[in-house]
Amino acid sequence: MSEIYRDVSVSDVRPVNSGLLRQGCRLALVFAEDRTTPEACDYVYYVWEQPGDPRYLLLRTRIPAEAPVFPSMAADIPAINWQEREIQDWFGLVAEGHPNPRRVALHDNWPDVHPLRKNFSINTVLPPFEGERHVYRPTLGEGVFQIPVGPVHAGIIEPGHFNFAVAGEPILYLQLRMFYVHKGIEKRFEQLPVRHAVTLAESISGDSSFSHAVAFCQALEQAAAAEIPERARRIRTILLELERIYNHVADIGAIATDVGFIIANAHASRLREMILCLNEELTGSRLLRGMAVAGGVRSGWDMSQRYACLEGLGGFEREFDDLMRMIAASDSTRDRLERTGTLPPAKAKDLGIVGVAGRASGVDRDVRRDHPYAAYVGLPLEVPVYQEGDVFRRVQVRVDEIRQSLRIIREVEAKLKPGSHRAPMPPLPPNACGLGAVEGWRGEILHWIRSGPENRLDRCKIKDPSLNNWPALVEAVQGNIVPDFPVINKSFNLSYSGTDR
Amino acid sequence: MFKILKKTAQTGLVTIGYPQESARISERFRGAPRFNFSAWRGAREAAEACPTGAISIRDADGTRCVVVDYGLCTYCGQCAEADPTGAVQMTLQFDLAVLHRSNLVVTAQYELDSEGRQHTLKALRHGDPVQEPRERHEQKVRRRIHQVLGRSLAIREVDAGSCNGCEVEITALNNPVYDLERLGIHFVASPRHADMLLVTGPVTRNMELALLKTYQAAPDPKVVVAVGACGVSGGIFGRNYATLGGVDQVIPVDVFVPGCPPQPHALLFGILLGVGRIEQKGLPR
Repeated sequence: MSEIYRDVSVSDVRPVNSGLLRQGCRLALVFAEDRTTPEACDYVYYVWEQPGDPRYLLLRTRIPAEAPVFPSMAADIPAINWQEREIQDWFGLVAEGHPNPRRVALHDNWPDVHPLRKNFSINTVLPPFEGERHVYRPTLGEGVFQIPVGPVHAGIIEPGHFNFAVAGEPILYLQLRMFYVHKGIEKRFEQLPVRHAVTLAESISGDSSFSHAVAFCQALEQAAAAEIPERARRIRTILLELERIYNHVADIGAIATDVGFIIANAHASRLREMILCLNEELTGSRLLRGMAVAGGVRSGWDMSQRYACLEGLGGFEREFDDLMRMIAASDSTRDRLERTGTLPPAKAKDLGIVGVAGRASGVDRDVRRDHPYAAYVGLPLEVPVYQEGDVFRRVQVRVDEIRQSLRIIREVEAKLKPGSHRAPMPPLPPNACGLGAVEGWRGEILHWIRSGPENRLDRCKIKDPSLNNWPALVEAVQGNIVPDFPVINKSFNLSYSGTDR
Repeated sequence: MFKILKKTAQTGLVTIGYPQESARISERFRGAPRFNFSAWRGAREAAEACPTGAISIRDADGTRCVVVDYGLCTYCGQCAEADPTGAVQMTLQFDLAVLHRSNLVVTAQYELDSEGRQHTLKALRHGDPVQEPRERHEQKVRRRIHQVLGRSLAIREVDAGSCNGCEVEITALNNPVYDLERLGIHFVASPRHADMLLVTGPVTRNMELALLKTYQAAPDPKVVVAVGACGVSGGIFGRNYATLGGVDQVIPVDVFVPGCPPQPHALLFGILLGVGRIEQKGLPR
């Protein structure tokens, strides 16, 4: 599955994009690259998903160095509000007409730098930060209070700042400040040799190590026009589903905890442990690290591992059914989850919400079905979609997906034929581009690369589904009470590290 | 209610006995690599295969200096794959946590032959001997701290820029299999309640202040445990415009727990080492 590239002039960006939007296409990603050295310009890319077409469409706009401005589409397509602002922060290009052109990726106390420009060295030592990190919208009105939370949170979770405006118990609005864990990952990709970069891809979002690594490898394979063996495709598929299962079951448990059903979490976390141990048996790593390589997978599995896989899943399924019966029998749990944290389908569509959160709010999308890769090609897949968009449905989507993942693994495992699991990877030709798309357990993961000379990357753009979905949390909490925030947040369970990179 | 109790009874005991009993780890687990330094000839290949620079070489005047830093190692196994002679092998060892950063570093010196190939091993040094006199004094202070904190320990976890991989494993410590509370250890919501800070991530510039404030908010005496390759050394991210390259760049660290991420037994070992309830094991020999 290759992607389609089209060049568009700056003046045509608005009409062409608006036309695609009217045709029912979805703008998945906007990003830029600095091509000052060979071409004296920058490029802005618009990655579109067209209904019924498994290939992504990439519109490319040349932004001449002398006029570093591109037209903003954020007013028409709120889904790319942050992404356009990121381009401003990383590259110093101006999104002309952006409804809220403030910094999003760089905190306000950073100096005036644009880290993804080629003339900015990754080893630059920035001076000590001074001044306000972020100016929040004021919380005004009689009896209206502000609750600042974070970046260090009460639980074992990642850092970010939440600023609630509350009137008594109900939340009026929520403001987010992310990018606390920005690690310069996209810049680091430009520094590492390609074979080491897979390790970096595994560290974009720890709980999605394998999904990110596979998306990255797919982009490399696309750029090098390399085919991977059938066995590798199947093993990748099995492991991608295992990653989905262990995260989904952990979320179900955590959501139960947040409404006071702690015993359910004890069982759910035990179930997650079962899958993590199975991961270790299959790959040597509980988080499936070190398994993905460009050209296939690191190891091809012997019979004892395949047997462990099937036996492990059988045990898991029995226990999972018990757990779901336990949760279904608890009326108070259902009462806390239904109509809590509702995200209406219309808003989900406008905000471009993906993955579990999208499917619980009527967004019928799944990369595995719409842009099949690995062994998903030709594999029947039922995408669970609900319209209510509350926490309960986000749990339901996870439950449906776990059951489906079990079925997929068994089906694919049965078709595992002897053969090579790793094809030799040809060296990357310079200036080759590739897009890798994977449905991670959170949703759509995209990696776009352009190769440079000597098997290095000139640019690597990473999109974690969390980047799309934070605005959904802001919408979903409105009008809910503060004590329900943890369960609503958990029902989205977005990756801070994946967002901040 | 009855059904819930019945399920609990049916499930039975799933909790491991570690550290009283030996760890329950799969034979397939990829732990720390072991180097047969005297037989090793392919340090260049290993250094090229290593994604984080945990193995580095420097050739000068007919001598090759090889530095193996377990603090940077992600246990990916690529150095072992790159060595056909079997001088580098992956082990099942997970309990690598140490009290000094230098204890994670091994330096080997080799003679180079006339064609620049690695030849006989001349010298091998584990850790950094310069630090030893200081250690005696520290040990006295440590013993006092262990008396205060050893029995019941409250931990505040701080993510200072991790990818969330370490958090996956830290969270696992709370599940019924590892069940940290059986050892009198529990996680608390505020640094004010904490005896120990468990810090992950290469420490981003944006988390530097938050980490410092959290450290200052925890009452003395306190123990700081740097978790994961990133927490120990900056890991694959290293030190760049956005990261500081390890927890000890910002606050004093008492225990270093390598691994990417360290698996739950390894974390448990590091935590217990921090309060003197277990002895340091050292690197694979």
